[in-house]
Amino acid sequence: MANSLSILTDRLRWEEKALYTAALNMGLSASIVDVKSSSIDISDESTLPAEVRDSDVVLQRCVSHYRGLYYTAVLERFGRRVINSFMTSLMTGNKLLTSLELVKRGIPTPRTYVSFSDESAVEFMERHGYPMVVKPVVGSWGRMVTRVDDRDDANTLVEFRRMLQDPTYQVYYLQEYVRRPPRDLRAVVVGDDVVAAEYRYQPPDDWRTNIARGGRAEPVSLKGHDREIVLKAAEAVGGGVLGVDAMETEDGLLVHEVNGGVEFHGVTHATGVDVATKIIEYARSVAKR
Amino acid sequence: MPIKVQCQECGGMIAVPDDALPGEIVSCPDCGTEYEVVSVDPKAGRAELKPAEEVKEDWGE
Repeated sequence: MANSLSILTDRLRWEEKALYTAALNMGLSASIVDVKSSSIDISDESTLPAEVRDSDVVLQRCVSHYRGLYYTAVLERFGRRVINSFMTSLMTGNKLLTSLELVKRGIPTPRTYVSFSDESAVEFMERHGYPMVVKPVVGSWGRMVTRVDDRDDANTLVEFRRMLQDPTYQVYYLQEYVRRPPRDLRAVVVGDDVVAAEYRYQPPDDWRTNIARGGRAEPVSLKGHDREIVLKAAEAVGGGVLGVDAMETEDGLLVHEVNGGVEFHGVTHATGVDVATKIIEYARSVAKR
Repeated sequence: MPIKVQCQECGGMIAVPDDALPGEIVSCPDCGTEYEVVSVDPKAGRAELKPAEEVKEDWGE
């Protein structure tokens, strides 16, 4: 019987508090563990934080992708059940890896290209035509996601990225600009179920729809083919607790992102679904397996 | 009753909820500086804060 769970965090948000409260309400023994205070001997399981050692299942909820990813690697090495798994975190933390898997499985997604230098990226955009969307391979909240409308934009973007000196910026993840309504779809998948979904409307002063950028939300009920596409996208990255983002087009939904550290404050508010409790129920079922 | 802690940056008064959990983020109402809650002792009316980490490139969903 799974009755103890720990929540790994590095910055306690609304979501982690909601998960903690939901776990306690379900009668589980729950703890919040700040990964920032951990140092672990990777050959000695006893050096794991006691709360983690005693847990049947661990919910990894770090806001830092790399911290969460590597902590998960360590825990899985010790045979621990972590949600999301290392593979799911690796896939969802990298837009290119996600896209490769979506394309491989025939899941509708915007046409995506990759260039491996500043010069080849600009040359490719010139050849392809504008507008194009350029995204960092690692990153979230719409940060550094850029719509490139002409050669001047392309040159400016390349110059900025060069100055940031992040090695991942040598890799250019380029996407066709999809003409869609001024909203996109966010579906929260927990295990094999779409537990809540919302339309996210772009704010008046931005083309991006991220709630972190000020977009507003409206509940939506996903059915039939759309629901199937969302579930397939979640499965493609290894499954778990995920936020699948898709755009509506004349030919149906296009999945453009799958988020592994899904923030669900907005969707909880918009839909009235207790997403935190759904996640804890899922965690309990995973631990029992 | 919120516990008042003085902001190290501007001297403003930060109200820390007495049920705040360690790791939670509070911010100064005057200058916006963010702090992470280290501990809260409602009985003694004391809360310990430390400067919160700044947003990094890999932060997000």
